[in-house]
Amino acid sequence: MSEGNMNLTLKVWRQKNAKVNGSLETYQVNGISEDMSFLEMFDVLNERLVSDGKEPIAFDHDCREGICGMCSMYINGRPHGPLEAVTTCQLHMRSFKDGDTIVVEPWRATAFPVIKDLVVDRSAFDRIIASGGYISVNTGNAQDGNALPIPKEEADKAFAAAACIGCGACVAACKNASAMLFVSAKVSQLALLPQGQPEREERAIKMVAQMDAEGFGNCTNTGACAIECPKEISLENIARLNREYLGSSIASTVG
Amino acid sequence: MSWLTKTLSSSIGKKVLMSLTGLFLCTFLVVHLSGNLQLFYKDGGYAFNTYAVFMTSFPLIKVISYFNYFFILFHAFWGLYLEYQNRKARSVRYAVVRNSSSWSSRNMAILGTVLLVYIVVHMGDFWYKYHNEPLPYVRYTENVQTGVKLATEMPANYTQDVKKIEISDFETGTRLIIVKDLYKEVSRVFQNPVFVLIYILGMFALGFHLYHGFQSAFQTLGWNHPKYTPLVRGISTWIFAILIPIGFAAMPIFFYVKHLMGN
Amino acid sequence: MSKKIDAKIPEGSISEKWTKYRSTVPLVNPANKRSIEIIVVGTGLAGAAAAATLAEMGYKVKAFCFQDSPRRAHSIAAQGGINAAKNYQNDGDSVYRLFYDTIKGGDYRAREANVHRLAEVSGNIIDQCVAQGVPFAREYGGLLSNRSFGGTQVQRTFYAAGQTGQQLLLGAYSGLERQIGIGTVTMYSRHEMLEVVVIDGKARGIIARNLITGELERHFGHAVLLCTGGYGNVFYLSTNAMGSNVTAAWKAHKQGAYFGNPCFTQIHPTCIPVSGDHQSKLTLMSESLRNDGRIWVPKQKDDKRAANDIPEEERDYYLERRYPAFGNLVPRDIASRAAKERCDAGYGVGTSKMAVYLDYASAIERYGKIEANKKGIHNPSREEIIVMGKAVVKEKYGNLFDMYKQITGEDPYEVPMRIYPAVHYTMGGLWVDYNLMTSVPGLYALGEANFSDHGANRLGASALMQGLADGYFVIPYTIGSYLSGEIRTKAIPTDHPAFVEAENSVKERINKFLTIKGKQSPESFHKRLGKIMWDKCGMARNEKGLKEAIEEIRALKKEFWSDVRVMGDADEFNPELDKAGRVADFIELGELMCIDALNRNESCGGHFREEYQTEEGEAMRDDENYMYVAAWEYEGDSKWSLNKEPLVYENIKIAQRSYK
Repeated sequence: MSEGNMNLTLKVWRQKNAKVNGSLETYQVNGISEDMSFLEMFDVLNERLVSDGKEPIAFDHDCREGICGMCSMYINGRPHGPLEAVTTCQLHMRSFKDGDTIVVEPWRATAFPVIKDLVVDRSAFDRIIASGGYISVNTGNAQDGNALPIPKEEADKAFAAAACIGCGACVAACKNASAMLFVSAKVSQLALLPQGQPEREERAIKMVAQMDAEGFGNCTNTGACAIECPKEISLENIARLNREYLGSSIASTVG
Repeated sequence: MSWLTKTLSSSIGKKVLMSLTGLFLCTFLVVHLSGNLQLFYKDGGYAFNTYAVFMTSFPLIKVISYFNYFFILFHAFWGLYLEYQNRKARSVRYAVVRNSSSWSSRNMAILGTVLLVYIVVHMGDFWYKYHNEPLPYVRYTENVQTGVKLATEMPANYTQDVKKIEISDFETGTRLIIVKDLYKEVSRVFQNPVFVLIYILGMFALGFHLYHGFQSAFQTLGWNHPKYTPLVRGISTWIFAILIPIGFAAMPIFFYVKHLMGN
Repeated sequence: MSKKIDAKIPEGSISEKWTKYRSTVPLVNPANKRSIEIIVVGTGLAGAAAAATLAEMGYKVKAFCFQDSPRRAHSIAAQGGINAAKNYQNDGDSVYRLFYDTIKGGDYRAREANVHRLAEVSGNIIDQCVAQGVPFAREYGGLLSNRSFGGTQVQRTFYAAGQTGQQLLLGAYSGLERQIGIGTVTMYSRHEMLEVVVIDGKARGIIARNLITGELERHFGHAVLLCTGGYGNVFYLSTNAMGSNVTAAWKAHKQGAYFGNPCFTQIHPTCIPVSGDHQSKLTLMSESLRNDGRIWVPKQKDDKRAANDIPEEERDYYLERRYPAFGNLVPRDIASRAAKERCDAGYGVGTSKMAVYLDYASAIERYGKIEANKKGIHNPSREEIIVMGKAVVKEKYGNLFDMYKQITGEDPYEVPMRIYPAVHYTMGGLWVDYNLMTSVPGLYALGEANFSDHGANRLGASALMQGLADGYFVIPYTIGSYLSGEIRTKAIPTDHPAFVEAENSVKERINKFLTIKGKQSPESFHKRLGKIMWDKCGMARNEKGLKEAIEEIRALKKEFWSDVRVMGDADEFNPELDKAGRVADFIELGELMCIDALNRNESCGGHFREEYQTEEGEAMRDDENYMYVAAWEYEGDSKWSLNKEPLVYENIKIAQRSYK
């Protein structure tokens, strides 16, 4: 299968499972077309590994259109590769040059243990949401959708925060493996909307507590998360989370 | 756990402690610099030396200074503890990292450690000597009418129990002031190019530390606003990362150059 | 022998059926709910909504998904919006009109009662989502914004930029996570359901494989809900996620659940064309783009000029020409076929010639002028207009345009996009009755996994509506009619022989995969299956092709089971093994789809049999002979019997569908 004329050297992290150590393995891939997506290039490599009787490289992926948040490769030192505002699955080979060496590693964070090769366990994010990233409204409790007008600007801001796909690139990019951008996006979305007000204080406190319990690092405001975020979640959200958290801790009677 | 310890021991609370102590130290720097600018007065060190007396004897300032020492130590060791935690949050490192964040922001712990070493050297140079070593004294004779001051070194074995002796002679219209001559110690120390270099390096570290640190403190406290954050960043860069370190670095350079020119 | 099928549609007039039924369906009292366990497989809109709601009601819920988190389910990729008969735009919308549009859009092959119920609860969905914090688009006055979608003449589509599915799913997911946090739902991520356990004719549990450790697990449930999505990936290339599969539904089918209208697949007209053999999936450009974009091909065959060099009068806006009433907003099946027709006739564009243009130039100009007026700029220059127009388009569709640029390397603000139809959705699915129960008691199918609401063609922005309707507002009531009879059923221990047997059969199958040790990867079989399906059971089908396809698929199946190569082991994280299982099921399903397509000697909606078309090339239904749901019953390897559920239209006058 050779459709293009790019030849690349890949150095990919291989690790059998969570219990053993891994290492970078080198592979040559030839005949890559620049119209291929980065993951399709991996498909080509895997297909070849299988035909050579070797185990293909495990990597997470699903929708391949940049919205499910499942793909998670750390490419040449950057989460989701060289482009900004793009997930790995949307990255195309035209962003690379013939003869390039590409190093691919899994997300690295103590809170995201490697499952196999490039696949990591991000269930910590689910547990953070379960700790308070919701509005407690049982089905059937809702009033009419238009009963509560929301200023467009606030709604737009909430939407921008809600665009987070939970991929974990923020954690991967942060030198401290901090999950603040992820947590702040959800806290912000709900804090900006009137529906989120009743649980606002409790939410910030609970979600931060869960984030800390998962073993993520502390935020030192380097800003790498926001730069690498494929959905361009803004650092303003982290400031808002800080505000929400401190305000809730100090001023409220909660916690 | 009370709400306060719970808050302060959370990741955000820990950072808030860094932020608040950091901002306090930033304020200190402004005061320290404006006071030390008196080194540039051509008054034989009068302003500087009396300022040193004031700073070490006025009760409120003394209390604040103890807070200051504590905050420096706290900021340093708390920062190192956070750095330790942050490193633990990534137990396996990347083979290749291409950073998108600023160099300063990633190296706060190293810069801070350099600064801590610097502060120890600096305090050993001046603070320790001022408090514990028999520095020579200087006597200023001021003509009250003209304000002109004459500095006279006191004999080497001269010493006094109080920090400052001030005698006004209304008949001659003069005022005598005798204080420790820290100014002279400063100019002596900065004749040594090694010290000058150490101080300049220290100020580089300070500049980079504050380039990230000052504005980061605001972010940690939740201050991020499209209208005002650019201002905070501007202050962080122009005042704290550039102006203040240059101001401080100018002192050793000034004395060294002065020394070279034979004054 | 075909059996009589009872869809259990309640008596009464269409507008009262649901209300009446809802208030008479038996209830399970709160104390009993606590001891009743429900298994929910799949955590998309239907699954997450159902799991959360049932847990809120007090049931013990176990939820399963194969992804690493319930938030990844493919509902997340829906772009355009969700319909609801709110009539906020005061344009004459009503429950009846939504009902009517959906039935007509589905080319009169959907069940009236289900569709009317869907329209009835559509408004509640919006309310529920708003209350959950879903950030829908709003007007400056703070009220909800709407846009129009294909197949309708009102504005009833609620949206959140081009990420409506994401926002709705995250809403449902947050509700689900809340229940997980409380402990009323136990979540099993990275678990794949590989068998339904049937005891005494009732679904009583599942066998699931832990995809990380490879361990097989037995789970008991008083009822099992399959919310596992559609099977569009049978075509290999589709807009579905790579992991989307038919396995859960197929296992259910083999355990006795009928498969309804498997051949009804939706080909979405606006996707980014295939660029080469390497292609692993296709990317949708939201139907909402048809709101403002104009679709055209050159009037001249094999025109080699660049799009922008072709003058206005030499462009054929074929949808506007053929369907003046709906223009670019005709339903998907019609838009897709029209594109195929033009390309097959030699008017296609791009290197492959299998694409048409979706052009935003005139929309940019139109918006630019409006914007200039708003800003009070008189006599703006053309450049100014274009700049302002691009800004408006960017705000409305920016993410889609970026995505297009990312994939194709072309800038859609400057040159028209190239689009071509691609497999997108499957209207067919497990046959369910009015309660959403399959033909296996206690086994339910919700959302895209069932066949019920979209007939032969789904209208845009209706999938999200159906998924959430089923999960939030239908199953919580209808499940009572079954579970009220199960309150005395104690949890069956999972060492019951039926569990043991089911687990063994799964184990055996996995061993088979690993021991064939052939030469070809599961992926390569999938690709070949996809090609057969697309060529012979795709946008247009005919008897000869379908017969060939059936033979080819049977041969492929044989080859698969003798020459597949699955690397790795059973007791580890092994995506190849997962893939092998899914491909094996797709192959069997592909055969059934062709059989169904061959059986249905008519054209309707997404099912277009070349033999059955009007002189103008429109689909020609045969209401006399085919106004039924084909509910296929599995009878053994490559053997099915056909059961028919007649469709009765009491409230809608059936007619030749016209969008002219």
